[in-house]
Amino acid sequence: MTSMAGWGRRFGPLVSRMAAALFGGYALAALASVAALALPMSKPQAVLTGQMAGFAVYAGAVIWVFAVRSARRAWAGLLVVAAPLLVAAWPVW
Amino acid sequence: MKTDQDARPAGRGLRQSMSDLHSWVGLLLGWVLYAMFLTGTVSYFKDELSQWMRPELPAQIQVPDPAVVAQRIADELGTVAPGSPQWSLRLPDARNNSVYAFWRTAGAAPGQRAFGEGNFDAATGRTVTSRGTLGGDFFYRFHFQFHYMPVVWGRWIAGIAAMFMLVAIVSGVITHKKIFTDFFTFRWGRGQRSWLDAHNALSVFGLPFHAMITYTGLVTLMALYMPWGERAAIRTAAERQQLTAELSAFIQPGKPSGETAPLASVEDMVRQAQERWGRDNVGRVTATHAGDAAARVAVARGDGGRVSMSPQYLEFEGSTGRLLAVHEGVGAAAETRGVLYALHLGRFSDSVTRWLYFLVSLAGTAMVGTGLVMWIVKRRQKLPDPERPHVGFRVVERLNIAGIAGLSVAMTAFLWANRLLPVTLADRANWEIHGFFIVWALTLLHAVLRPAKKAWVEQLWLAAALLALLPVLNAVTTPRPFWHSLGAGDRVFAGMDAMCWALAGLHAALAVRTQRHQPKPRPARKPVREPVNGAVLREG
Repeated sequence: MTSMAGWGRRFGPLVSRMAAALFGGYALAALASVAALALPMSKPQAVLTGQMAGFAVYAGAVIWVFAVRSARRAWAGLLVVAAPLLVAAWPVW
Repeated sequence: MKTDQDARPAGRGLRQSMSDLHSWVGLLLGWVLYAMFLTGTVSYFKDELSQWMRPELPAQIQVPDPAVVAQRIADELGTVAPGSPQWSLRLPDARNNSVYAFWRTAGAAPGQRAFGEGNFDAATGRTVTSRGTLGGDFFYRFHFQFHYMPVVWGRWIAGIAAMFMLVAIVSGVITHKKIFTDFFTFRWGRGQRSWLDAHNALSVFGLPFHAMITYTGLVTLMALYMPWGERAAIRTAAERQQLTAELSAFIQPGKPSGETAPLASVEDMVRQAQERWGRDNVGRVTATHAGDAAARVAVARGDGGRVSMSPQYLEFEGSTGRLLAVHEGVGAAAETRGVLYALHLGRFSDSVTRWLYFLVSLAGTAMVGTGLVMWIVKRRQKLPDPERPHVGFRVVERLNIAGIAGLSVAMTAFLWANRLLPVTLADRANWEIHGFFIVWALTLLHAVLRPAKKAWVEQLWLAAALLALLPVLNAVTTPRPFWHSLGAGDRVFAGMDAMCWALAGLHAALAVRTQRHQPKPRPARKPVREPVNGAVLREG
């Protein structure tokens, strides 16, 4: 058990960051692409804008996750950005 | 409770984090990216490759009048695909000596093949008689959906790889603080330094292109990768129709009337498009329910003359030939998408731009390749015992050989298979592809069995030999040898031969350099590494 705990202490934050980058980043990008529907433009244009911008959001999120000091901050940052996007996306979802 | 300070020592800078991110993201899908980059690069000459792989079709010195050809093929499709709900044909142009068409099969039962496709002779309208081959489309399709797996899986893998590439590009730029000064620095013959400089020069030189090609690659398949907005917003058939019209000139079949009415003159319709866009700038003709009173025909603009793939087309009533609508513009976001899409495919290019695309893209391939090699070179110096590297090192080393040198061998073998497999072979087109993968697997086996350096040198020489001899094989197996192509002004065949020799020279040069290379003895290191800028210097 102690060796597993040791492993967890050593690699836990890294695994957490990888999850934040891969899945958290994608979730944020997906959320942003839906939030784009709140933009003042026709539906097809908003859909396409969201799709195109999504990849930039994803890449930015991954960089953020590995740039900050700790895994906790990485997740916190994603959540802070997600909050307003969620507000924008809520009415259409 | 322990504070969440990670495995990173305090004070390790942003640059070091980004450097690690760059190393691991680059390595993890590096071979996939290398293969995508190289097969994508040659796909800029997809049409020329397809012509070379169908040597039975004569060289097209002059482009036939697209309007006449359109009518001819439309008539033929009436016979080949009667009652088809939708067919579409791509008109011949300077790079195509046949007409590709596909159609939905009329009344296909569920589970039956619902699509047909074929290449037609522009002069006769008949299906072309040439060897079974996928032509340049194999490399093209492989570069975003691979093979031996469902298309959607392949596209997802390609998307993940492209996303990794995007992250590698951004983190690489952050890692690289003196990005422009270093561009003018090149330290030849200095081992790891030279690899680093090569990697940097290739990356910085093509940086705008690499970033563009990666992002636009994601955009081409974004409806698959980011479907969420579409799912939330597009709920009715009418909304779907609106969105599709922003993206594509393929008109969708509605309901047939059930009343037969022959298709009006397709030639006249194409003539109207030619007046608008130029004789040779009409791209494709799509018809729905041809032969029915409800038929409609769309004549779309070609790729030349504008850097955008957004749909522009004339829509006609099929039975009367009356112009129903001129579609010449889409919304701002759709136009942006059209431009990004066009930038990726580069179909708007004239031959100079096309060669530039090819060369910069080749530099991108080399960027990925040098990055992969550098991972090994960097770590070899730090091995406790260079004679017995650890498993991870050996795996990367061997995969590099098969992934880089082996891919050149396998791609050339694909072209050899095109000339060597008997024309009567059943399922011939697929056997060319199996040949590619069998040879690629053999290069991996060879890379595992031989000492690393020997494996590199042998595979590079093999690639050089196969490339150099391909024009000879072509001269023996077809009536179109190099001297004949030159004399006849056959640019595709002569160019292909010359290209093979140029690439053979490149591979031979790489083989010679690898052969001569003597790894430097490990530099004596101080037992305790000095901290640099307060950070522990972990890499090279």
